[in-house]
Amino acid sequence: MNLTLYVWRQKNRDAPGEMVRYPAEDINPDASFLEMLDVVNERLIEKGEEPISFDSDCREGICGTCSMVINGQAHGPIPGVTVCQLHMRYFEDGSTIYIEPWRAKPFPVIRDLVVDRAALDEVIAAGGYVTANCGSAPEANSLPVSKENADRSFDAATCIGCGACVAACPNGSAMLFTAAKLAHLHELPQGQAERQRRTKNMVDAMDLAGFGNCTNHYECEAACPKQISVDTIARMNREYLRARWSYRDEG
Amino acid sequence: MKLDARIPDGPIEEKWDRHKFEMKLVNPANKRKYDIIVVGSGLAGGAAAATLAELGYNVACFCYQDSPRRAHSIAAQGGINAAKNYQNDGDSVFRLFYDTVKGGDFRSREANVFRLAQESVNIIDQCVAMGVPFAREYGGYLANRSFGGAQVSRTFYARGQTGQQLLLGVYAALSRQIAAGNVAMFRRTEMLDLVTVEGRAAGIVTRNLITGKVESFSAHSVVLATGGYGNAFFLSTNAMGCNVTAAYRAYKKGAGFANPCYTQIHPTCIPVSGDYQSKLTLMSESLRNDGRVWVPKNKEDTGKDPSDIPDEKRDYYLERKYPSFGNLAPRDISSRSAKEVCDEGRGVGPGGLGVYLDFRDAIERLGRDAIEQRYGNLFDMYYRITGDDPYRTPMRIYPAVHYTMGGLWVDYNLESTIPGLFVAGEANFSDHGANRLGASALMQGLADGYFVLPYTMGNYLASARPEKVSTDHPEFKKAEADVAGRVDKLLSINGKRTVDSFHRELGKILWDDCGMARSEDSLKRALTRIPELREEFWENVRVPGENDTFNQSLEKAGRVVDFLEFGELMVRDALARDESCGGHFRVDHQTEDGEAKRDDENFAHAAVWEHKGDGEEPVRHQEELVFENVKLATRSYK
Repeated sequence: MNLTLYVWRQKNRDAPGEMVRYPAEDINPDASFLEMLDVVNERLIEKGEEPISFDSDCREGICGTCSMVINGQAHGPIPGVTVCQLHMRYFEDGSTIYIEPWRAKPFPVIRDLVVDRAALDEVIAAGGYVTANCGSAPEANSLPVSKENADRSFDAATCIGCGACVAACPNGSAMLFTAAKLAHLHELPQGQAERQRRTKNMVDAMDLAGFGNCTNHYECEAACPKQISVDTIARMNREYLRARWSYRDEG
Repeated sequence: MKLDARIPDGPIEEKWDRHKFEMKLVNPANKRKYDIIVVGSGLAGGAAAATLAELGYNVACFCYQDSPRRAHSIAAQGGINAAKNYQNDGDSVFRLFYDTVKGGDFRSREANVFRLAQESVNIIDQCVAMGVPFAREYGGYLANRSFGGAQVSRTFYARGQTGQQLLLGVYAALSRQIAAGNVAMFRRTEMLDLVTVEGRAAGIVTRNLITGKVESFSAHSVVLATGGYGNAFFLSTNAMGCNVTAAYRAYKKGAGFANPCYTQIHPTCIPVSGDYQSKLTLMSESLRNDGRVWVPKNKEDTGKDPSDIPDEKRDYYLERKYPSFGNLAPRDISSRSAKEVCDEGRGVGPGGLGVYLDFRDAIERLGRDAIEQRYGNLFDMYYRITGDDPYRTPMRIYPAVHYTMGGLWVDYNLESTIPGLFVAGEANFSDHGANRLGASALMQGLADGYFVLPYTMGNYLASARPEKVSTDHPEFKKAEADVAGRVDKLLSINGKRTVDSFHRELGKILWDDCGMARSEDSLKRALTRIPELREEFWENVRVPGENDTFNQSLEKAGRVVDFLEFGELMVRDALARDESCGGHFRVDHQTEDGEAKRDDENFAHAAVWEHKGDGEEPVRHQEELVFENVKLATRSYK
């Protein structure tokens, strides 16, 4: 199949960027989107041009590294899929495809389609864990967890931290990302002791990093490759309110 | 090179406990005076970094990815083994130990494997305490499933994403220590050399992948947890960035490299579909719990729609050849059987390189919902990649490179032949012998990181009392200059071929000549082809761009440089190991029915390679393996 690409090229964080047109000819429809870009890049290198930088690692949809906006949609047109799992057979021969990086204030562009997502790590570092030093654990089966709770926890824990929710949100909000981590831990008995402290600290860290607020567009849920529900955001808001009222930090 | 495995005395059940008591401790106030470098943030590296920091050491952790949460441990699907015996089906620490030694075709070190089995139960406790959402039964207790090479159900899992959930647990613990200021985390930073001073590991040289800055870091000890070398084959189930550079650079600085020829070919991967292919995708081995593997009995049926082939014309070859393990035969055996039937012309799909993995019977027996509950995400993934719906038509699978059992040689303390250099997880060689059982990689990574290194590191620091060397030391400056020189050279060649084209060609040589079946001829052929390719690389590679920007071609080029040298070592090792064992199958050593034929008299050892300088032949040393608790026997899964 033959395609026309318009790709965001930007040399570094401070340089101006622009959309550049590239023909992508003779592409196998069974190739993944990233493999299509590999082919384009090989041809660019052979012509003496610099290849398009983009992030990817596992290419199995689980590491969360790949990140690009395709025709205005984070991870492209197919729901529940990362861009590495998107295959060219879903595009029509002859189509024009626009490819851009995640765009959000806390995600500065490193080069072309590659952005810096360290801000998401900061949100997790603010409380996305159970404080349990290695060696302190009781026997695993001493604390039963109902299957329903375990399943709900797991559904939220499938978040791959790709940042598509932020890229899709008109406000650049990381509410879905943060809420998913809270839901993962709060559905489990292990997460209860630090529940309020965690909620407050993670939400505050999210604000501090410059992520926007939620105004109920639900674009995050639509873009999420793991299809995490916006219900988690409602639960987080309730939890945050409670934490603000009743949680007192020792300091 | 002196190989002292330092295995503690005493009966195998008591070795680890006794050793833990006998090892020296660092008192809490002194721990903060020690700096430790951990390279890699996967299950082994991340767990080690977090745990050492919890103990009070100053840790610096490095990863090439943009976040420690992306290490390739995340892609492990099926599960993690532990000898909890929750299913009351006769499991025990000894049985897990026995299965692992046998599964490894009697080429692993007994004492290490026993410790691994002992610690397996603590891993589950720790992970649950940290909020890992393992699968549970309705009563609220942990669920298990079975895996290849075992007749008990001892595998803990989180749907088909167990590696992800375990890694996120490690990442959470690591994040807590980063926030507490106990771990300095260096993202998008790649280790490009190890620095030794007076024979000890003194630090590393890295390149910042965003700015290109080459920088030195010094510490009292260094941990490498940098994964395996499966990407030497270009096509593998590893992530795009997985590489051998850190381990290979350590080898060139004097660390012994053990058993590089041991590579695991995983039987259930999605077959190659075209020459644009960048990697192969694994379909978890857990699918073999309910899926039945078959090919048509007759060549003529290979082109037919599988639903038109009646049962009597299907050959369920694993069930036929291995009735007691059936579809759950170990990985090496299953992979070889698939190759055999395809070589006979009975393979299915493009190029005849595929076999069916069929869920028809399981769906009839258990219903579609039950299958969806167990494997839903894997079925979805298969559908997305191939466009075929596995609920309706059987999956097509073929073996692919997946894991490497070889790695840097370590003693019982996980210390390499360079004092102060420790190696954990897939990067070391110790626990899986010549073949790893399913669901044991996660177990080993976490055992090393959570429960072994935190003890043995203290012992090293307390007994060796290493001094920290300044990064102004000439050895650091020399290593920095070497790294910078290599980068400049790569950028200046400006030839005609891309880095990937060389990598792809190397991969093809290794797959054809040092893959699932190896012969003296094929290995000798590879030994001439690889140096030729390497020579062409240095004359004709084109690496565009500069050093001081984000430059992915340059990153790749550096990794391929090391694969081009390491690939040769792999082949050399395969040639020297004149027997078949586990994943290392020499066609000249097989039984009448085509099984691997070991030579215990001459090869019951780990082969450890010592670098003697560029252009010099490396020297092969041996660590004899002593089997006191498991009787050497021919593996039988019939």
